[in-house]
Amino acid sequence: MKNMKRPHFVGLIKKTGLAVIASTFLLAAPIAQADIKPAVVYDTAGKNDKSFNEAVYVNGVMKFMNDTGIAVTELEPTNEAMMEQSLKKFAQRGYSPVIAVGFTMANAVAAAAAEYPDTQFTIIDGVVDAPNVQNVLFKEHEGSFLVGIMAAMASNSGTVGFVGGMDIPLISRFECGYKQGVAHHDSSMNVLAQMTGSTPAAWGNPTKGGEITRSQVENGADVVYAAAGGTGIGVYQTAADMGVLAIGVDSNQNYMQPGTMLTSMYKKVGLAAYESFAAAADGSWAGGFKINGVAEDGVGAAMDEYNADLVSADMLAAVNAARAGIIDGSIVVHDYMSDNSCPL
Amino acid sequence: MSDIFINTVLTLDASVRVCIPLIFASMAGLFAERSGVVDIGLEGKLLMSAFIAASAAVVFGSPWIGLLAGIFASSVLAMVHGFASITYKGNQIVSGVAINILAAGLTMILSLAWFRKAGITPTLKNDQRFLSIDLPGIELMDHVPILGVIYRELISGHNILVYLAFAIVPMVWWVVFKTRFGLRLRAVGENPKAVDTAGISVESLRYKALLIGGILCGIGGVYLSTAYNAQFVKDMTAGSGFIALAALIFGKWHPYKVLAACFLFAFLDAISIRLQGIIIPGIGEIPVQLIEATPYILTIILLAGFIGKAVPPKASAQPYIKEL
Repeated sequence: MKNMKRPHFVGLIKKTGLAVIASTFLLAAPIAQADIKPAVVYDTAGKNDKSFNEAVYVNGVMKFMNDTGIAVTELEPTNEAMMEQSLKKFAQRGYSPVIAVGFTMANAVAAAAAEYPDTQFTIIDGVVDAPNVQNVLFKEHEGSFLVGIMAAMASNSGTVGFVGGMDIPLISRFECGYKQGVAHHDSSMNVLAQMTGSTPAAWGNPTKGGEITRSQVENGADVVYAAAGGTGIGVYQTAADMGVLAIGVDSNQNYMQPGTMLTSMYKKVGLAAYESFAAAADGSWAGGFKINGVAEDGVGAAMDEYNADLVSADMLAAVNAARAGIIDGSIVVHDYMSDNSCPL
Repeated sequence: MSDIFINTVLTLDASVRVCIPLIFASMAGLFAERSGVVDIGLEGKLLMSAFIAASAAVVFGSPWIGLLAGIFASSVLAMVHGFASITYKGNQIVSGVAINILAAGLTMILSLAWFRKAGITPTLKNDQRFLSIDLPGIELMDHVPILGVIYRELISGHNILVYLAFAIVPMVWWVVFKTRFGLRLRAVGENPKAVDTAGISVESLRYKALLIGGILCGIGGVYLSTAYNAQFVKDMTAGSGFIALAALIFGKWHPYKVLAACFLFAFLDAISIRLQGIIIPGIGEIPVQLIEATPYILTIILLAGFIGKAVPPKASAQPYIKEL
């Protein structure tokens, strides 16, 4: 036990020492850009999930490295137990800011932030109440509302589908926003909504995603929206195989199945990560909440050359009208997480 | 009424698709365990062959090359398992677990090296996959009530590997119970000493069993990435290898019973998707978690008393050490 305590004590002295040195630096000159040692910990879906994590990797980490030349250290935990360890490891080695990707990291971030109060942590999609944690949140219900309108307009059958990943309130928020969007266009339409599972494995099970999509198509759905991380790959594939439309999520996924991807509900998680790195570099990083909705262009419906043929002028006009309505407050999209219930 | 009928047919159809990897993996496990080698590495072999098949199909542009590559990869892992547990008489469980871990890691590293993306391969185009086949005479059968729907939805419209899976089960039965090789295989799993005394090599029999298992398991993996899905995604087997192992015990190491167990597990999986969000009169909506847990609860209940004792081959998990 003695042996275990000593390094910790030494570490404490070192840390205080470092803090003193750091504060003298602060007095002397503003922190130069190269001084930050940023790190990012993805969630277990991995950074190539073509969705949430990949958005952070491509539009956040890669872009920041290219723009500034500062190396960002990355880690992909293979299980949940690794999350806390890796966050603490990064903090211990002096990395800051440390970005944690995904709500599954919330407990790990809370523990690490309490132990390393001098390290700047940023959590995307999670809420951790600590002064050294920046919470980046998105109004997914607003973005889902927009793609819901498009789904309703694109559907011929009067039935559309939703495939969620893990059964958690965050995903119900997508579902509820989507349903409201569909009903906004035509309240008589039917929405089939299903979740892939109730464990984090539900983010990476394309086989099951495909199977759920099939069952929805067989029950009449002709547009399917996936908010399921890597599971979505199977949803889009099956939609393409069966000749129906699919809607992507998190990243702009329109390119994945050109011709059958109606749109994607983008969440600018990459930009959020980038901004967090940049803020740490110029010293403006602050804890607290950063909430991105339609008004901030943090969420929305992706339009590009891959879905140009599928999006009619009417659809575009309807989406733009709804956007304007949300921004000026004439349309209020109910947030599932505000009361854990959906009016529809 | 007809709605319920069509939905039942569609659920059975989904069960067929879900149970294919289970069938291949459990038949693979059947050969291994009948020969006295516990094969906990089914999951790893499925995963490895799924990855190699998707990679080969995308590089060479043909699902058939993918099939061969997948079978090869799975067989190599089977031989590694054999080398550790037959030649070197190591613990079979440890070696099987090692294969699972090896496969999980290798698929990540190799995909990073080959495609610069860890844990994912490029999407396969339609000519690089096994596509579903429409059997002849669908239009004709459509005029027949009930059977027409069953023919169109349930029997037709699967890819070639699905039909292969169902053809392989009677073949496995025939090999295991009707051939000399099968007799020796069963004997070596029950009493390797007797087989050895008769002048037959225990080691070579077990290697052969593992090789057959490797080939079968390989086809299961190929199905996952090039037929059912159109690319490899990390951990895409999602426990199929372990469920196959449960089906093997459930089916008491008998091909037809194992097939039934595989189908039961697949059916529960398929129905769990379709039951979600449906309100049952008097009970209300069934929570997702309960539906998800149903296969496992059922397994425990059934294993606890309804199917009687599941007795594995006697020499299972025991390396054979020749007395000198």
